[in-house]
Amino acid sequence: MANARSQVPKKRGDVVFSGLVTASGIAILVTLSAVAIFLVVESLPAFNPTADIGNAPDGFWAYVTPLVFGTLLAAVLALIFATPLAIGIGLFISHYAPRRIASSLGYVVDLLAAIPSVVYGLWGIQVLAPTVQPIYQWLNENLGWFPPFAGPVSGTGRTILTVSFVLAIMILPIMSALAREIFLQTPKLNEEAALALGATRWEMIQLSVLPFARSGLLSSAMLGLGRAVGETMAVAMVLSPAAVITFALITPTNPSTIASTIALDFPEAAGLNVNALIAAGLVLFVITMAVNITARGIITRHARKVAF
Amino acid sequence: MFKALHLTGVVAIVSLALAGCAAETPASNLTGTLNGAGASSAGSAQEAWIAAFQTANDGVTVNYDPSGSGAGRESFLSGAVAFAGTDSYLKDAELTTESPMCVPGTGFFEVPVYVSPIAVVVNVDGVDSINLAPATIASIFKGEITNWNDAAIAADNPGAMLPDLTITAVHRSDDSGTTKNFSNYLSKTAGDLWDGEVSDTFPYTVGEGASGTSGVIDAVTNGTGTIGYADASKAGDLVAAAIKVGEFWQGPDANAAAAVIPDSTPVADRSDTDMAIDLKRDSTAAGVYPLVLVSYLVGCNDYDDDAVGVLVNAYASYLTSEAGQTEAASSAGSAPVSGATRERAATITAAIK
Repeated sequence: MANARSQVPKKRGDVVFSGLVTASGIAILVTLSAVAIFLVVESLPAFNPTADIGNAPDGFWAYVTPLVFGTLLAAVLALIFATPLAIGIGLFISHYAPRRIASSLGYVVDLLAAIPSVVYGLWGIQVLAPTVQPIYQWLNENLGWFPPFAGPVSGTGRTILTVSFVLAIMILPIMSALAREIFLQTPKLNEEAALALGATRWEMIQLSVLPFARSGLLSSAMLGLGRAVGETMAVAMVLSPAAVITFALITPTNPSTIASTIALDFPEAAGLNVNALIAAGLVLFVITMAVNITARGIITRHARKVAF
Repeated sequence: MFKALHLTGVVAIVSLALAGCAAETPASNLTGTLNGAGASSAGSAQEAWIAAFQTANDGVTVNYDPSGSGAGRESFLSGAVAFAGTDSYLKDAELTTESPMCVPGTGFFEVPVYVSPIAVVVNVDGVDSINLAPATIASIFKGEITNWNDAAIAADNPGAMLPDLTITAVHRSDDSGTTKNFSNYLSKTAGDLWDGEVSDTFPYTVGEGASGTSGVIDAVTNGTGTIGYADASKAGDLVAAAIKVGEFWQGPDANAAAAVIPDSTPVADRSDTDMAIDLKRDSTAAGVYPLVLVSYLVGCNDYDDDAVGVLVNAYASYLTSEAGQTEAASSAGSAPVSGATRERAATITAAIK
């Protein structure tokens, strides 16, 4: 019986199809390695400790550390704002809303994903920042002792907190779409068992829906984090950046992100400055890869636990 | 019947074509594609120039990529484009690089084609005009003066009632030639205060950063008590401050901006075809506005490909002609390069081959 598979006749269709599929797999690996090789080769001059980089007078690592901090801060804040909202929308659509409203609400949230990030940037500058600026003023006057709300308050509201709001709205569609799908896939038997035992709707969700959905929600959070970490135009347009590391969220001197710095500085960059920017891109690539690998690790471990 | 219709149709088409021919002005016989790249500050002027040039020479297509001065110079020196637009004149190291576009040993031409005043724009309720000395401007943008009712601003504006309002100083968050010229001006006129490095990056970590000229204008317009620096042609309705030049207060007037060039000294040790200028920022003459940005056109004196040389000659000659400068002034709001400067530039561009 071990030879049975090798004796199945192969038609030309099989050979062509398996060839195409293998070629696609190889093509994606080739593209990924081409990008990685480009990043590494072009970054090497910037990693040289004796290099005299115009934009990085104190060396490359002193230049890129505030950028890494800003990238992670903006992305984590965006995730904090978007996750409860995405779970809420997903639960509302799958368990609370009447059928008709549910499908149109899902459609409207998906529409948010169709808006280009430049438009989000424009909306952020023209509408959101002037609106939240008085709120920041109030926060600073009343809660100024809390480090994130320390002054001086930005006069235009274009701070990293505003950027996190914009990023949260941008990652909301993908996170809520995934959450919605996962909640809809909860086994009906589990739900009905909980209800039959006398659980209220919220208790049923706590008992049957959320535990089942945990690894899926984690993967949607990782997707959202990946998108937030790489977002360029909206951050470049809205943020008022400075090369600082700080947790103050409402001041005009905010840590910038890697992607937006590359977008802002590349047009006028020449010589070693270009290499420094590409090296920063390599650092971002490594961060994103690390986030994805960690996420996959957690999800696989959860899946093994939940599987029966 | 169909034959008659067919005949009428043919006659109609032929007569339309002939009518078209009769209305055509004598067209130039230049053909080809011309590629350039460089400063985005001259972007709207380049668009106006390209439109006018292509209308006059309909066999030619000109492409200008406003990717930035640094990117433009690199593209030209590596041979990717035929000419570059740049806010900073070529550095000495770049001058010794040979571009694959040029015949070796013939060097580059560098002529000023775009002069734009940089306005210091202010948005304070009830303020329709304001005077600011260079030292005051430096202190504001360094974060040392934080309120509009400060004594230094009052000293520049005797008798004006300035409100008790926090100043929000907006600078460019992206690397830009506008920042470099602003920083250069303050380092020459208020050098003891403005001690940061003069480069495309704003040297201090205070104040708000906004991306692009439009970002700065937006930030100043949408805020209160805001001040920023940006290309004067994009300032719109915002109040532009008059800066102190010698004993006079001068606003960002186009003619005053153009008057800086004859007042300035050319960079030393440059070839005859290189008109790089060190702008006289600390000028004290009347009717001069030294806070300007000068954009140069850079190319080869002798192109390896003669066809490209002919096209660059035609385009560059148009840019340095009176018609070209008037076109830029009316479409992009720049100050026209005029007089002896323009004539010398026109002589250089006429010799391109």
